[in-house]
Amino acid sequence: MKKRIGALMAAAAMSAAFAAHAQQPMKQPAAKAPAKATQKATDATTADFEKFRDVLEEDNPAELFEAKGEELWKAKRGPKNVSLAETCDLGLGVGKLKGAYVQLPRYFADVDAVMDAERRIAHCMVTHQGFKAEDLAKKPFSSGNYTPELVSLTTYVAGHSRKMKIAIPQKHPKEKETYQIGKEIFAYRAGPWDFSCSTCHGEDGKRIRTQNLPNLSTPEGAIRAFQGWPGYRMTGGVMHTLQWRMNDCFRQQRFPEPNYVSPSITALLSYMGVNANGQMYKGPGIKR
Amino acid sequence: MADPMKIRAQMKGDTAEIRVLMSHPMETGQRKDGTGNVVPAHYIQAITVDVGGKRVIQGQAGPAVSRNPVFGFKVKGAKAGDKVVINWVDNKGDKRTDEATISG
Repeated sequence: MKKRIGALMAAAAMSAAFAAHAQQPMKQPAAKAPAKATQKATDATTADFEKFRDVLEEDNPAELFEAKGEELWKAKRGPKNVSLAETCDLGLGVGKLKGAYVQLPRYFADVDAVMDAERRIAHCMVTHQGFKAEDLAKKPFSSGNYTPELVSLTTYVAGHSRKMKIAIPQKHPKEKETYQIGKEIFAYRAGPWDFSCSTCHGEDGKRIRTQNLPNLSTPEGAIRAFQGWPGYRMTGGVMHTLQWRMNDCFRQQRFPEPNYVSPSITALLSYMGVNANGQMYKGPGIKR
Repeated sequence: MADPMKIRAQMKGDTAEIRVLMSHPMETGQRKDGTGNVVPAHYIQAITVDVGGKRVIQGQAGPAVSRNPVFGFKVKGAKAGDKVVINWVDNKGDKRTDEATISG
């Protein structure tokens, strides 16, 4: 584990250098984010998008992934043949799921680091179950009919925070530091297009084609982006998590993509999540 | 080895509303993979719904139906507590049966 974190840190430093532009990351979440946001639906397209999502949410295939995640969570697996349910602490105690997702990223004393949900689950799989971090990072994102175990697990965990208020802690110095790092990455301009996340996500009323881009520096915008992930994407019928969304933003900005479950992603999620604090998380979502 | 369905069944007045979410790739047979080979067709062909031991739906589905599809039915004459049994069979002969109870 120690080794892995070390490697990740190095990667984080790199991607932090590049990172600045999360703009795309957020744009998608934004667009799909549920209607609750106070950002006004300024046009008919946006209003229709939101109606569409509301209808879809009633029968969200994300539930199928939650079911699969539940099996994986409870089964004894890995070289050490233990279950995550009996070993993994997501911040509220071993095996405790209720409300864990809306309180992540948070500080974990056992690793002396702040971790987001997917990164913590990956950590548990490596430390407790004996899986290899390299294997988890080999093909970490969904495509076609392939869904990584971590995606199902993260969806399952997120399902236990349905309709709960986001309450990401900011007590420990490292939690505050992580938020600040996220804020810096968010504002950092670089890459062939000289973008930063905040180029698109730092102002109200921006959009790309029909997709409204939430202003992530505001509570109204941040909830739109936090909301709806992990999300089932109708296009292709695949389940995606925030890790994927963030990595894809880097890709879209022509930046080097961060390593899987990189601390730079934790920092960005911390910035976005804390900005959304106090608002209700609806649970795993569905996207166009 | 198909994954379980998610079934919701609830009485709304004198009508039972049944919704089922199925886990299935629903490949059309028209797509090609990264190397240019056709992805073989794999889709649900037949669906049956029994309520309270009586067959209420016997239907066909095909490659035009989306991946992980949702179907909704309204059934008159059912009552709370009735058992709903849903079954599908796909073009490769895979099948899956799940059941639920209608809630009030």
